[in-house]
Order: sequence, then structure tokens, then C-alpha cells
Amino acid sequence: MKSLGSIRRSFAPWADPTSIPFIAVKNVTKKFGDFVAVDDLSLNIYPREFFALLGASGCGKSTLLRMLAGFEQPTSGEIVLDGQSLAGIPPYKRPVNMMFQSYALFPHMTVENNIAFGLKQDGMPKADIAERVDQMLKLVKLDKFAKRKPHQLSGGQRQRVALARSLAKRPKVLLLDEPLGALDKKLREETQFELMDLQQELGLTFVVVTHDQEEAMTMADRIAVMAHGKVVQVATPPEIYEAPNSRFVADFIGDVNIFDGTVSAVGNGTIEIATETGFTVRVASTEPPAVGAKAGFAVRPEKIRVGRDQPACAPLNAAQGEIWDIGYLGDMTVFHVKLKDGKVIKASSLNAVRAVEDPLGYDQEVWISFDENAGVVLKD
Amino acid sequence: MQRWSRFNIASIVLGFAFLYLPIVLLVIFSFNESKLVTVWAGFSTKWYVQLFHNQALLDAAWVTVRVGLISATVATVLGTLAALAMTRYTRFRGRMLFSGMIYAPLVMPEVITGLSMLLLFVAIGFDRGFWTLTLAHITFTMCFVAVVVQSRLLSFDRSIEEAAMDLGATPVATFLQVTLPVIAPAVFSGWVLAFTLSLDDLVISSFTSGPGATTLPMRIYSQVRLGVTPEINAVCTILIGIVAIGVLIASVVSRRREIQRVKDEQAAFAH
Repeated sequence: MKSLGSIRRSFAPWADPTSIPFIAVKNVTKKFGDFVAVDDLSLNIYPREFFALLGASGCGKSTLLRMLAGFEQPTSGEIVLDGQSLAGIPPYKRPVNMMFQSYALFPHMTVENNIAFGLKQDGMPKADIAERVDQMLKLVKLDKFAKRKPHQLSGGQRQRVALARSLAKRPKVLLLDEPLGALDKKLREETQFELMDLQQELGLTFVVVTHDQEEAMTMADRIAVMAHGKVVQVATPPEIYEAPNSRFVADFIGDVNIFDGTVSAVGNGTIEIATETGFTVRVASTEPPAVGAKAGFAVRPEKIRVGRDQPACAPLNAAQGEIWDIGYLGDMTVFHVKLKDGKVIKASSLNAVRAVEDPLGYDQEVWISFDENAGVVLKD
Repeated sequence: MQRWSRFNIASIVLGFAFLYLPIVLLVIFSFNESKLVTVWAGFSTKWYVQLFHNQALLDAAWVTVRVGLISATVATVLGTLAALAMTRYTRFRGRMLFSGMIYAPLVMPEVITGLSMLLLFVAIGFDRGFWTLTLAHITFTMCFVAVVVQSRLLSFDRSIEEAAMDLGATPVATFLQVTLPVIAPAVFSGWVLAFTLSLDDLVISSFTSGPGATTLPMRIYSQVRLGVTPEINAVCTILIGIVAIGVLIASVVSRRREIQRVKDEQAAFAH
């Protein structure tokens, strides 16, 4: 697995202008009556990529997946898979398979017949089917359950059968619709890593739809954050988290503190924003907005320091307040600090040592501060 | 512990008596020695023996069974297709009219259904007999099948059909390998219902049958008009017996299946 890790690190076909996308979604729009589910959406997904479509329910992510599978036809636009247009090709002729949110196992068939179903449709010889089914059962560790019916399995086992069934035909692309949604938390976390390993091992392209940002962040090479039928940002998990391109993405992924203000100075790769909260932020910015422009500043809670003493950078990137709430989570502690103007911000600190002498308490006067590269400028 | 009040006991006894006393009387008098239906003269099975020598009655029974089998089967096919059309294509033009027309025979007085079919057969010059009878039975039992199958289809998880197509099954293969096996119990109970309704029917049969195609209910009715004989009681007892056994088997099977399902689920979650 070590070697896979190093491949992983260098895996970035989207950054290479010469690489050819495996799935190209070109200006696809899907309307249901007056409702626009997917709005002029374009996307490229590369071979062997683990791609996540992330968004709240109703953002169009499932509709896009169903168009890839062939259950819905685009109202306009085109989807190209491996150089071939999918327009008008019915689901049963597409080289993609899907794992359904409800698993959609055939209730009247045993586990092995569920897995063999797709192979039988292709007219594969019986001996080959038996061999492939066996192989798939081993892959998902269900060899002992081959003769059972779906209702004789637990939720986690059903999920594995659904996975094995969708992988049995060795599709070029596996589509996964909320694959882990029905599992409990612990099982979900285990399965996330299993799915990643499986995808690496089989060298397939995975497109997963999820509303769970943690799931997307853990598994995907790239995430497309969707809202109202459009893609807001497509980027790797670290980019999405550390460099959100909009207020929506910053707010949607993880916790964030946003300060609104006006740009007061630009220069030397940094800009200064006079925030409405009363202090001035100096932040690194490669494409600075003009002086006088409205801008927002977003900073994640874990990048904010909380302390009793005035930091050296004050008055830049620092503000005074009092501790309003403390949430102890074990691995870290979350502070809610009420600044002078009444705005409450979130800051979290890792509990790296077991016992802190004289910990910060309620109503204490504190300083919050952060580095120049701790946050990002939001132009919208 | 619940206490049985006199009122409760009285209502149960009266209720059951109301339902079953006539049937019990009929069964008892079928074993009556006397020819007089209302006078008990000792136990005998002679009416059953005589029954099997009554060629007219046996012929009628045979006609009834054949009409029942053919009409129930055709009605099941048509009713299932109608149910599929109504649950799957929810937006076609005139859907309301179509579904209303399918359900109309459920509430239509049988006399009207029978009369209208008689008029149709006369108008097109179709000689009344076995086939007109069968056609009429198909028509009125089809809507019952449609209702039974439709209620199953409404709770049907469409994603399993999508999964089948996703795995390479054509729409026809999907229907035969996935949809039909899953809805089979409903289709089967639709068939049983259609068969039973066809066996029972007197009114529509009287309108639409012709010479040589007399059903058992028609034969019984015409014999009763000449006077009730214990022979009729014997026929009815046999019919009651067949129906009772059918109901018993159906309920035992479904009960067993339910117990097995609960056991399976417990076993699955014990892991």
C-alpha cells in the first residue's frame, strides 16, 4: 500500500492540460417542467479519479448522476464518456454501473444471484460467472453469505452486496449514490477507507454523490461543490477547505468565521481589510481587489489563537473579547469568543497535552489573533 | 386480565350466529336422510352419492371450472397490464378517464353490466354460449385484478428495476426477471380473486350465457326454483369445503412466511 500512497500524491491529471478527460459533461441542462435541476453544467472527470459531487439535497447532484447512468436524458448539452457521446444510449447499453442509495437489491434472489445478474444479461458462460461471483464475494468478504437472500443480511452486508453487484461487470465508471448514507457512523468510517482501497486496487473511476462533506473530503481526489444546479467550485479537498472561492463554499465546508469589511490598502502580496468588527486584517492575496472594494475575510476556527496576552502583531490580525462559551470535545476545545462589538467568533485549539495549568475559563478577557496566511479573501 | 362482560359474549354469539347459522344448517341438512329439507330424519350420505349421478349438475360444474380458469387467467394478464400502465405512466392524456373506466365495473350494478353485454353480443351477432360467458367474466373480473396489482405496485421500489437496467437488462428482461417475480404474490391473489368471482357469478352469467353453457350457480338456482332438494345442499357443502380449505391453506402459508421472515431478520441483525 505504500507505493499506492506515493502514486496518490502525484495523481493530478486535472492540472495537466494534455490529459484527456474520461467523462466530459458539456453544458448540460436538465429541466423538470419549469424546475431547472441542473443548469448549464460543465465538468471533466479523469481516468482513475475518485470524484465527489457534494451539495445539499435538491442541488442537482443526484440528477447529474442519473444522467450519467442514463435514467434521465439532458434537456440540452452532452455527456461524453471515453470519447463517445452518451446521448440516446439507454442505461442497459452504457459501460457504467451504479450503486443505489437504497442498494436496490433484488429481494427474490440470493446474494450470488444478485451479483451474477449483470453477468447473465451479457450471456457470459456459466463457469466464468461462477468464478467472477466467487471473486466478488471474496472481495467484499461475503463468501459465507452467498446463499442468503437480502432480507437475511444486516445493513452493512447489504451495502457490500450492492457494491459487489455493481462491480461484477467491471464497469469503466462506478457511480455511487450516497453509498454510505444508511450505515452507522463507525461502519461508515471503516467503509470509506475500504472503498478508497478498492478503487485504487481496481483502477476504476468512481463518481460519488454525497451530502456528507466529511465523506467527500476523506475519499475524493476532487470535490465538486454544487448548489442550485450549478458547480460552485471543483478542487481537491485541501483547496476546497483552505482556499474556498466563494462565501458559499467557505460556509458550506466546515466551520468558518467571516468578517466583512472594505479594502484599505494593497501591496506586497498582501491586502488590508478594515473589518466592520473594528480591527484591521492583513492577509496574503495573489489577486487583490481594488482599494475601497467590499471584501470578506474567512478564517477557520483552528487557525485562530486564543490567549490572555496581547499578541505581537496587534493591532493587525488581533482583537480583544471575552470567552462566551467553551465546548470540550476531548481531542480539542472550541471557544466562542465575544468581540467588543458583540460578534461571536469560533476558535478551536488542539488538546495536545493532558492537563493544562490554569486553563482559560468563562468570561475571561482574551485576545484572538491569527497569521497573515491563516485565512482567505472572499470577493463576493 | 380482560373480563368478558355478558354484553361482549352476547354480541359475539349473535354476530357469529348471524354469519354462520344458515351455513351450518345447510351443511347439516345435506346429510339428512329425508327428502324434506326442513325435517331431520337421520344421518345419510345418499345425496352426495346421487349428486355424482346427476349429469346436468356435473356438466355445469365442469363449465364453471373451465370458464373460471380461462377468464381468471386472461383477466390477470389484462388487469396486470392495466395496473402497470396506471402506476407507471402517470401523466398520459386521459389517465383519469382511463382509471375511472377501469374501476367502474366494481361499483356498476351487475344487472347493468350483464344487460349491456347481452345487448352488445346480440348487436354484433355473436352466438351466446361458452365464449360469450368467458368474455363477460374476463371483463368484470379484470378490474378486480387491476386493483389488487395496482396496490402492490404503488409500494414497489422502482430502483430495483433501474438497477436491473443498469446491469444490462433490457426493459423486457427487467420486467420478466425482476418486476414480475416481485409482484407475483399480488398477481396470484388477483388470479384467485378473479377465479372465485367467476365461480360465484350468477347475474352476469345469466345474461351472457346460452344453450349448453350453464354454470353451477345457474343450475343450482334453476333447480331451487323447482324446489330445494338436499342434493343442492350437498353441492353447496362441497363448495363451502373447497373454499374453506383454500382460505385455510392461504392463511397458513402466509403465516409461516411471516414467521420465517421475522426469524431471518433477527438472525441477520444478530451478527
